[in-house]
Amino acid sequence: MFNQQRFSNVSAQDLFGYILLAGIVVLALDLVRRLVMGTLAPGTLWALTWNGFVDSLYIGLAAIGLSMTYSILQFANFSHGDLVTAGAFGGWTVAYIIGGIGAAGFGSRLLLDADGGAQAGALGMDIVSSPLALLVGLVAAALITIGIALAIDRLVYKRMRRAGGIPLLIASIGVALALRYLIALVYTVDSRGIVASAPFVGPLEVHELAVVGSLLSAVGVEWNIGPVNLHEATLVISALALIIGVHLLLQYTKLGKSMRAMSDNRDLALVTGIETERVITATWVIGAGLAGVAGYLIVLDQSQISINFGWFLLLLIFAAVILGGIGSIYGALAGALIIGLTINVSLIWIPSDLNEVAAFMLMIMVLIFKPDGLLGGVETA
Amino acid sequence: MSDESTREEGGAQPEEQSENPTPDETAIRWQSDVKFIAKLVAVTYVGFAILGLVTGVSTNEIAGFLATVTFYAAVFALLALALNLHWGYTGLFNIGVVGFMAIGVYTFAILTASPEASPAGLGLPMVVGVIGGTLAAALAGAVIALPALRVRADYFAIITLGFSEIVRLSITSGSLRQVEVNDRVYGTGGGSGIRYDPVDGVVTWLLELPGFEQGGEALYQVAALVNVTSSVVDRFLYAVILMIFIVLFYLLLTRIARSPFGRVLKAIREDEIAARSLGKRTQVTKIKVFMVGTALMGLGGILWLGSRSLVSPDGLMPVITFYIFVALIIGGSGSNTGSVVGAFVFAAFLWEGPRFIRTIARTNLDYRPTGTIYDAFVELAALDPMPLIGYLIGSLDELRWILLGTVLVVLMIKRPKGLLGERKEIAAATDLSHRPRGETDE
Repeated sequence: MFNQQRFSNVSAQDLFGYILLAGIVVLALDLVRRLVMGTLAPGTLWALTWNGFVDSLYIGLAAIGLSMTYSILQFANFSHGDLVTAGAFGGWTVAYIIGGIGAAGFGSRLLLDADGGAQAGALGMDIVSSPLALLVGLVAAALITIGIALAIDRLVYKRMRRAGGIPLLIASIGVALALRYLIALVYTVDSRGIVASAPFVGPLEVHELAVVGSLLSAVGVEWNIGPVNLHEATLVISALALIIGVHLLLQYTKLGKSMRAMSDNRDLALVTGIETERVITATWVIGAGLAGVAGYLIVLDQSQISINFGWFLLLLIFAAVILGGIGSIYGALAGALIIGLTINVSLIWIPSDLNEVAAFMLMIMVLIFKPDGLLGGVETA
Repeated sequence: MSDESTREEGGAQPEEQSENPTPDETAIRWQSDVKFIAKLVAVTYVGFAILGLVTGVSTNEIAGFLATVTFYAAVFALLALALNLHWGYTGLFNIGVVGFMAIGVYTFAILTASPEASPAGLGLPMVVGVIGGTLAAALAGAVIALPALRVRADYFAIITLGFSEIVRLSITSGSLRQVEVNDRVYGTGGGSGIRYDPVDGVVTWLLELPGFEQGGEALYQVAALVNVTSSVVDRFLYAVILMIFIVLFYLLLTRIARSPFGRVLKAIREDEIAARSLGKRTQVTKIKVFMVGTALMGLGGILWLGSRSLVSPDGLMPVITFYIFVALIIGGSGSNTGSVVGAFVFAAFLWEGPRFIRTIARTNLDYRPTGTIYDAFVELAALDPMPLIGYLIGSLDELRWILLGTVLVVLMIKRPKGLLGERKEIAAATDLSHRPRGETDE
């Protein structure tokens, strides 16, 4: 139903592109000015950029799944944020059950300290004290979320395959509410910290850091990296590994090819004999698995868990998917990077409680003026 | 239950149901609709009252419950009607309803709050605040509509949701919390919100008018006979005022729907390109109808949230939009009567019904509140179901949400058109899709 409206000879899209470019140039110039004038320490800028990168990783993990369901099942899945929440609760429950044996009662561990009987510090819930439990929890987060997503697909979405985007969207809102409050019914609505404070190593010289470090030192950057937060490092490593894994899966397996074919042209894919239901199942497995892991890793990094955090994250995930162009998982990752950097680097100019407003504004602008995404409609290439 | 009798007087005309009403039939249908709603309301109220009396709930609690149901049914009906204009008639999938409500009620609060309060308001009369809030919401609608109406339906949904979150986050933000102008501190008050005189104060004002004075006293005395307090009576009276607004909204919408403008709306919903190729200026029409809808949402927001003496961002969560969607979907989008019926069913059974069950349980069951669901299941294994029942009653809010989500899903699977969805007004003069049945005679 989209139509291109033209303002004289320049299309609105081009105009938006120029304005956005001009805005970025102005901000970049101001950044340089601040650095030169000394009002902005390089360390601060580095910290904000790094935080933006970390945020972009978990947003990106979740965005891959949302983008895939959007292009293959053809609806905006509003329950994706709650799959993130479900993964976090599921995975951490398993981590607590395994990691806290003997340290706290089973009931308290099963409900993630809902009654205050299983404090994270007392159980040693950090990556150094109980690495195995946390690793099993990570895998469990993926498996549990996959299970939930497949069950929901069987119960709800499978019955409305032909129902069009909007009825599916509404149904997904219903799923989101039901799932979120089922979690709340079991775990209570209280927000709580469930991870022990993160262990650190360091400080490190830049060249000691594997990939990023050697790149930086290669271009002559020589300042020291402050103590490395091991939970953040776990997040970065797991997320990067998964992203590379998904890339390989989509590029080099038959399944990946059928998925890309289906999101490119559904009817053509059907004609060539691709089994739709199998592809849909694979979509849910990959998408939900990544969403669950994202939720688990967010909690590992931020320690706080609440039933709402996935829902509040959803709009940022949507923003990433839209920026990258719906259907393209590389676009989604690029979009996640932009969103992650936007919500962190924008703090230089705006107060911290308005950073998401900036990200949403960017999303709305892109939807209006460049609905194919900033990368211009590359479909799962 | 003072309002039942007033609602009954609507229509005792012989009813006639047909698939496609001519304008004459519509008048008859309108009366039968009022009769249907009155019947539904009466049956529900009597049902709840009997249930309450049998289970030993006090009359004041029952009356208070029914007043709350009436209030919520009324505000949901107002907002569902406004949303019906967007979605049901024009096919605009707006899931940022709460953002427009927020703009309405915050404008109202800033205009009417006392200049001495903190944050200060302008201290203007309530009527100015209501009109100002409504206009501000219409203006916000224009700001969103001008660029956003060109995009696809699902993109439009995300834009409106993003807009409502931008409004909420901006209101919460510290930078708009306090704005100093001429030694007075204005602003949104951040997380703690703005205090003002609530709109339901109009009931007290009305009862102090010369003509109404005795009437009010008499009402209070009658209520006191059955142990119902005057505050409950006031809440009923406010709900009656809301019903006047419902009738006004309803008349406005049916007026719009039957005008040439309304036919363009329905044409846009069904095939925008076809409508444009017939020379209709669909963009202008969409912007206009979007503004009318958001103005009504702003007004609905004022009448609902403005009836508390404090507005804060906590009351403006995005889920409120989905209450209204559920109400509209239950009734069937596209039908104004459906919107009202859906809002009532939603308010009575999904929204307030579970609370009534809790009230009954509290008066009758001797359940112990337990710590966690795990403890409750451990007790259940020892063949004591009371702790689990206690836990579930304690978590009634969560259960209500689960119910809400489930109803939404089941409706979308089983009855995507809602209870009265087949009443959707089609764009064409005759229903072309049902030709082969031979039922249609025009």
